[in-house]
Amino acid sequence: MKRSPISATTVPGSIFPSILTRLADDDRWLLRVILAPAIIYIVLLVGIPFLMSLYYSLSDATVASRELHFIGLENFRRVVASHTFWVALGNTVIFTTVSQVLVIALANILAIALISDFRGKWLVRLLIILPWVAPISLSSIGWLWIFDSIYSIINWTARAAGLFDPHYWPIWLGQPRLAMASIITVQVWRMLPLATIIILAGLASIPQDIHDAAVSDGAGFWRHLFEITLPLVVPVGVVALLFGIVFTFTDLIVVLVLTRGGPYDTTQVLASWAYFTGIQGGDLAGGAAISLFLLPVLVAVSIVFLRFARRAEVA
Amino acid sequence: MTRAPARDYRLAKAGGHTAVLVFFVTFLAFPFYWMLITTFKTTQDLYNTSNNPYLFHDPPTLHHLQVLFDNTQYLQWIANTAFVGVIVVAITLALAVPAGYALARMTGAWAQNLGIAIFLTYLVPPTILFIPFSRIIGDLGLQDSLWSLVLVYPSFTVPFCTWLLMGFFKAIPRDLEEAAMIDGLSRFGAFVKVVIPISTAGMLTAVIFAFTLVTQEFVYGVTFITSSSSYTVSVGVPTFLVRGDVYFWGSMMGACLIVSVPIAIVYNLFVDRFVVGFTAGAIK
Repeated sequence: MKRSPISATTVPGSIFPSILTRLADDDRWLLRVILAPAIIYIVLLVGIPFLMSLYYSLSDATVASRELHFIGLENFRRVVASHTFWVALGNTVIFTTVSQVLVIALANILAIALISDFRGKWLVRLLIILPWVAPISLSSIGWLWIFDSIYSIINWTARAAGLFDPHYWPIWLGQPRLAMASIITVQVWRMLPLATIIILAGLASIPQDIHDAAVSDGAGFWRHLFEITLPLVVPVGVVALLFGIVFTFTDLIVVLVLTRGGPYDTTQVLASWAYFTGIQGGDLAGGAAISLFLLPVLVAVSIVFLRFARRAEVA
Repeated sequence: MTRAPARDYRLAKAGGHTAVLVFFVTFLAFPFYWMLITTFKTTQDLYNTSNNPYLFHDPPTLHHLQVLFDNTQYLQWIANTAFVGVIVVAITLALAVPAGYALARMTGAWAQNLGIAIFLTYLVPPTILFIPFSRIIGDLGLQDSLWSLVLVYPSFTVPFCTWLLMGFFKAIPRDLEEAAMIDGLSRFGAFVKVVIPISTAGMLTAVIFAFTLVTQEFVYGVTFITSSSSYTVSVGVPTFLVRGDVYFWGSMMGACLIVSVPIAIVYNLFVDRFVVGFTAGAIK
């Protein structure tokens, strides 16, 4: 239903009360008005900076100068021509892919182990949720100490257990391949709890009669797992994966704290390189252009997410 | 004949179950255990490579915590974090509670799409926004001020909390408000007097979540804040305590542990509600 705007005969002084009465009476308007502040805040603090980022990437913005000139795609040309870009792009893809494959595989195993009841379950849950909840910039420092070049507890333990040759003493964060393995390990460690609790929620939402039917039909543990449980967890597993991809692809904290991109950019990812270029180097335009290379993946993830949201509405 | 294999199978399954749990708990909790050990060891014990690092060769010491509290601005950083956290939570509630309610009660496809659109903004990462923000904050004269964080942090707490609260309000039957409205309350009155009192659990979840996100945030903090007295705890410890060649490992581990464990315990109480927020749509 459409209401006519405030009638022309209303005297100006009474406009304000009439708007208030209208709000109190008209549900649809009231709901729109109380929704508006959040929308405005989001548009101002996400929408505008996002557009500015697009504009910076097409300009010569630096920290030093107040003036901006439009220079077209020059920044992107400069970024793509840089050797570091290709290294960082490759590292970002490896960092994200390897860590998320491991996270999804491990999260399924852990969630299935957690679905049954056992003594001390609350304590186990508290302990496994720690990495996700603790501020990652702080827990990364814990890992810095674990990976220390002299006092690494991993090396000491492996040597004491006879796993390492007495002469083998890896420098985890100082050797290119080991450094990449280290930051992937920390990212898996950090993202595993979220994926696990999401998949656990998916497992818990499978109706018990489906399990009962499988058991009474004589399905063994593995068959039950691969033909009943896992297929039913796929939708929620995809959600866990989407969050994992977004949080990993755009992350720079683990790299910043553990390796600062080193040794020799071998662990540099796009996000950390954007930080070093844009903030530490003062090249706002270059940093903005680098960070926008993250966008295609974010858009793809959002589209998949939208499809899921739509499907859930129909169902 | 059949009983023995069945028992073996059960035992193997129980053993496998325990082994899986032990493996994961070790992997996920070990760094915190290691922080705990390191915090209370004397420096000479830590740096003596011939000692078994798992054991205490000197009696446990409070020296590292004393250094942390007396010689660093750790307490100031915690106070800064709490200050920013409380104001951001207040802003978040003021914006997200009405918005979540409006989205839950609006009808039509576009209201649904708007809800999803708001949630998607949560996925826009700081990595894309922090460069323009560094200029905006400068233009507003807020660089090096905690108010810069107060301004920017709601940009990620509001979208998620709006989404979370929308789910809560949807679960409250419309009949409750409609009954109150028939009894003479306006829609707004029904919202304040009927809906808000029964959704405290949802709002508490939003509070915890917003506060946790504030304590975890690092990228904006490290970009906007440059003087050590204005750091939040997640920025101060890694940037200030790691600076230089001398690492105060004991103090740093203590600093990490003191912040992480209380947050983890509180968060753990609400974790199932967060999962509902994350998975709304995929589990029905």
